[in-house]
Amino acid sequence: MNTYYIKRLVSMIITLWLIITGTFFLMHSVPGSPFNEERRTNEAVQKNLEAYYNLDKPLMVQYGNYLKQLVQGDLGPSIKKSSQTVNDMLGRGFPVSFELGFYTLLVAIISGIILGVIAALRHNGFIDYLAMSIAVIGISVPNFVMATLLIQQLAVNFPIFPVATWQSPKHMVLPILALATGPMAIIARLTRSSMLEVLTQDYIKTAKAKGLSPVKIVFKHALRNALLPVVTVLGSLAASILTGTFVIEKIFAIPGMGKYFVDSINNRDYPVIMGTTIFYSAILIFMLLLVDLAYGFLDPRIKLGKKEAK
Amino acid sequence: MEKILQVKDLHVSFSTYGGEVKAVRGVSFDLHEGETLAIVGESGCGKSVTSQTIMKLIPNPPGKITGGEILFKGKDLIKLKEPEMRKVRGANISMIFQDPMTALNPTLTIGDQIMEGIKQHEHLSNDQAKQVALEMLNLVGIPNPEIRLKQYPHQFSGGMRQRIVIAMALVCRPDVLIADEPTTALDVTIQAQILELFRDIQKKTGVSIILITHDLGVVAQVADRIAVMYAGRIVEIGSRREIFYSPQHPYTKGLLKSVPRLDMEKAELIPIPGTPPDLFLPPVGCAFAARCPYAMEVCDKVYPFKSQLTNQHSVDCWLQDERAQKLVSKY
Repeated sequence: MNTYYIKRLVSMIITLWLIITGTFFLMHSVPGSPFNEERRTNEAVQKNLEAYYNLDKPLMVQYGNYLKQLVQGDLGPSIKKSSQTVNDMLGRGFPVSFELGFYTLLVAIISGIILGVIAALRHNGFIDYLAMSIAVIGISVPNFVMATLLIQQLAVNFPIFPVATWQSPKHMVLPILALATGPMAIIARLTRSSMLEVLTQDYIKTAKAKGLSPVKIVFKHALRNALLPVVTVLGSLAASILTGTFVIEKIFAIPGMGKYFVDSINNRDYPVIMGTTIFYSAILIFMLLLVDLAYGFLDPRIKLGKKEAK
Repeated sequence: MEKILQVKDLHVSFSTYGGEVKAVRGVSFDLHEGETLAIVGESGCGKSVTSQTIMKLIPNPPGKITGGEILFKGKDLIKLKEPEMRKVRGANISMIFQDPMTALNPTLTIGDQIMEGIKQHEHLSNDQAKQVALEMLNLVGIPNPEIRLKQYPHQFSGGMRQRIVIAMALVCRPDVLIADEPTTALDVTIQAQILELFRDIQKKTGVSIILITHDLGVVAQVADRIAVMYAGRIVEIGSRREIFYSPQHPYTKGLLKSVPRLDMEKAELIPIPGTPPDLFLPPVGCAFAARCPYAMEVCDKVYPFKSQLTNQHSVDCWLQDERAQKLVSKY
């Protein structure tokens, strides 16, 4: 078991390093620099600035310096907002983004599974078709369209919720809804099809033959088996929610990390691009680890790192 | 012997896109206390449908019980509502399915799966339920039951799993055990062990067993009585001796001739030509007539009446009619 975790940790670090390296060189190969804007700066000033941020050194040297700095946990200063470090920016933005992402995931998982189970139990009935129609809409409508629609209907036409910003639970409702519909729809469809398959299994017939109630059959026998494929997509769903937050944060003026990420790319603010990318990747890699752990927990046949014991 | 289960003129059909399939067309039989009744027949003859109908496990829709009675200790199961039927399932009548590899839930421990049945029906405490489960595992011959209880199905072999499935079915001491092809998915040596186990359990608990199978070898080992099904009907029923030594229905005779035997010289296997009829539009007369070497004109047109040969042995065949008998003696 321990060797599994060590192996896993090493592979996670290697993945992260590959991402860092890839991003670093891609970022520098994009034309432009933090200092060329429409307003032309004095050439001497620009030289000085580049020297100050070590941007005049060869790329490999810059790369080496960055890694050295990174190992010490320092993501460097922001070039554009010179009074702030990247660590500060992430420290401020992450709690907000995390809150948004976490509640979104929670809403998406819970409502998706419930919708999927109900649809499966009422297979080919009205509720099934209704739930699946909602799911198709949820998948096909992009979250920024959903966000504007929600704002228009529930904040402007019927002013139930505030239009934007992130202050109270009431402010959270619309962004979470906008962000959750897509993943919820995917989870609902997946739960439904996987549930339908599980319900035809022999062990469900066995459970019925024992005289168990339908509720027990669904929750104890069917759902756990049906959730395995759902858990598999959770990793990538978490990714889509994370990336979805950029847009949603922008629309709802939420002070999360998304804003920094998008701005930094436009500004070629190299340390911020690197910092946010590394941070998002680390979260994703961690989510994938969680998914694998959940897999082992749900299905006793999968024992992480253990050879099948007879 | 008391009759514990009586099936009277049972009809079951399935609606499909192609029309209504009449899978069971008037099946009647009695099951006595402590006996083993085998129902044999080829695939699609309605034997599994009959057994699942007794448990009312036929998915509805598309399946539908269109007529008949199923009397368990005098109570008609067909009339029972679903919550009442749930109290019968597992507690009074239990069922074992064909494939032990898929009949157990892979994500729950064996102990959990055995105990949930008792907890459902008898409201025992966890400790008491565990005691019963341990007894059951002992009964079906699983060594180290204490450890095995905490293990998952994938940690058992096929034969072991079938033993667990049997333990699960017996845990509430049911009166009737329906075994739907319990040995088909097992290899031959394990088959013998499982059949031995059935006999042993019946001796110890007195449970009545309905054994659904297409394997006449299995039947010869454990059945007290045998019912032969063809195209949704029981065409011949009798004691094991009567069916094996004096089969009367041409279909039964054909079945017995198509079983390989080691104890006879020059034993040639004679298959039954043709295929079973389409149950969308079952024939008016005897369903076997089209494949029957002795078929007469009447066989196609009118279904034969039941001829009671001994008090246990009866057969649905026109050859039993005295006019046919006279014809036979003439040639």
